[in-house]
Amino acid sequence: MNASLANDYSGASSEAPVYELTNVSKTYARNAVIALENVDLTLRHGSFTSVIGSSGCGKSTLLKIMAGLIPPTKGRVILQDKPVTGPRRDIGMMFQQATLFPWKTAVENIVLPIEIRDGKAAAKQAREKAHDLLDIVGLKGFENVYPNELSGGMAQRASICRMLITEPAVLLLDEPFSALDELSRDMMNMELQRICREQDATAFLVTHSIQEAVILSDEIVVMKPRPGRIAEIVHVDLPRPRTLDMMTTPRFGEIVDHIRSMLDKGEDM
Amino acid sequence: MTDAPTNQRLEAEAADDTVWVQEVAFIDSVPRWIAMTFVFVVFIGTWDLVTRLELVSPIILPTPWETFDDMIFVGNNLLSGGYMLVSLWITVKEVIYGFALAITLGFSLGVLVGETVFGEKAVMPYLVAIDTMPKVAFAPLFVAWLGFGIESKVALAAFIATFPIVVGTAAGLHSADENARMLFKTMGASRMQTLIKMKLPTGLPQIFTGLKIGAVGVMAGAITGEFLGGGKGFGELIRVAASQLNTPRVFSLILYLSLVGLALYLIVQWTQRRIVFWQKESVGAHDN
Repeated sequence: MNASLANDYSGASSEAPVYELTNVSKTYARNAVIALENVDLTLRHGSFTSVIGSSGCGKSTLLKIMAGLIPPTKGRVILQDKPVTGPRRDIGMMFQQATLFPWKTAVENIVLPIEIRDGKAAAKQAREKAHDLLDIVGLKGFENVYPNELSGGMAQRASICRMLITEPAVLLLDEPFSALDELSRDMMNMELQRICREQDATAFLVTHSIQEAVILSDEIVVMKPRPGRIAEIVHVDLPRPRTLDMMTTPRFGEIVDHIRSMLDKGEDM
Repeated sequence: MTDAPTNQRLEAEAADDTVWVQEVAFIDSVPRWIAMTFVFVVFIGTWDLVTRLELVSPIILPTPWETFDDMIFVGNNLLSGGYMLVSLWITVKEVIYGFALAITLGFSLGVLVGETVFGEKAVMPYLVAIDTMPKVAFAPLFVAWLGFGIESKVALAAFIATFPIVVGTAAGLHSADENARMLFKTMGASRMQTLIKMKLPTGLPQIFTGLKIGAVGVMAGAITGEFLGGGKGFGELIRVAASQLNTPRVFSLILYLSLVGLALYLIVQWTQRRIVFWQKESVGAHDN
């Protein structure tokens, strides 16, 4: 265990960039609000990045731009060497609510992105892969269960599978476990870490919880509101794999305190 | 809550387990069929008493037994394929055609209003305006346009039943939450895919609520049409019986008619349970 700690020490910064944002700004013309100003951000392959900030700091705008849901007013948004000009299959997304559809079984929900993009026949072929993914998230045997019969945590596991089915290059996570109770949330965060490592995924998490950001991330983007901008990018040098025990270490506390002071500084929260 | 009994046991030092008795009122613990029979007997008994004491003129309110006799007479006529069955069939046809027309129109308009900004902005206000009118008042117009045959009744029945279906469909299409819309966007779904694979299934519970209200309205429309526009349907039988002051007949005809309405409602409900299998029963969920 100790030997692997050294190897697993967050070395993601040497990896190739997957997602690059350069000088991205977003102004909502309707009321001339500057939601984002000059955001520069690089997600490297296999890294886990979180963004944290008070409401109005532009983090959901940032996420929507990265998901290709809205265009930036200015700047370059490049994923895998191609500019993002709309939703793409190499972008996987997950929301606060599992958003599984009750008329579809777990497997049918998971292959939905394939069904939408490639049709029913392709979705049928993807079922086998969906079974494998359910196995990975610990939902083996729940293939043909309807979402009504799944608990909140199980539903979120299934929605992780749905996000992974298209093998996206980047995972955008919009407060994915904030609707769960605290115990399930901690457990799901550890699960998320494990899945990201197994899939060698590049992840980007929007969160309100400093602890959650620190325990999961290699880098934490701290944002400030009015106009939304990056205040600081904090590197988390806790060893990987992370465990929940690390939340009691002094280093963890230092990083949390540092981020909290950043968020408190002169900003009305 | 769970450790309360153990505490009590420690204090009492008694060997008996603490038993909590959930107080249930006697009237709520009676089995359903007994309760229903009880209400029925009270109803008939009161009815009988009122007529026996001649509190009401027999022309206005017949005795329950006269009504039962007449129900048997009407039942025999219906079963033996008499003139009443012919009338009933006419009314049933009006109801079926009217409902089919209302579903087609209501669903199409509902999609127009619920899915397009144009429909919501430009069509909905007119629908609301027409919906607030007393629709029965249009009956003479339908008769003038379509004559005394079943067409005018079908039109009125459909006219009344269309609006709840429009509202149900439009509300259903709007009921999809923000996350589901965003999810479909990130999957690159087309507008048609979003409508068919997400918004419509999401809205089915509301659509069926509209259909149920429409099913009730379509009966009312058909009978009102027959009252006001003549013809040979069941409504005409009721009108004639009433004009002859044959109140037992009116009562028994209404009861048979209500069976048609009930059947239509149950068909819609049965369909809903088959199609919207994921919807939890919420109405009348007292017996949990």
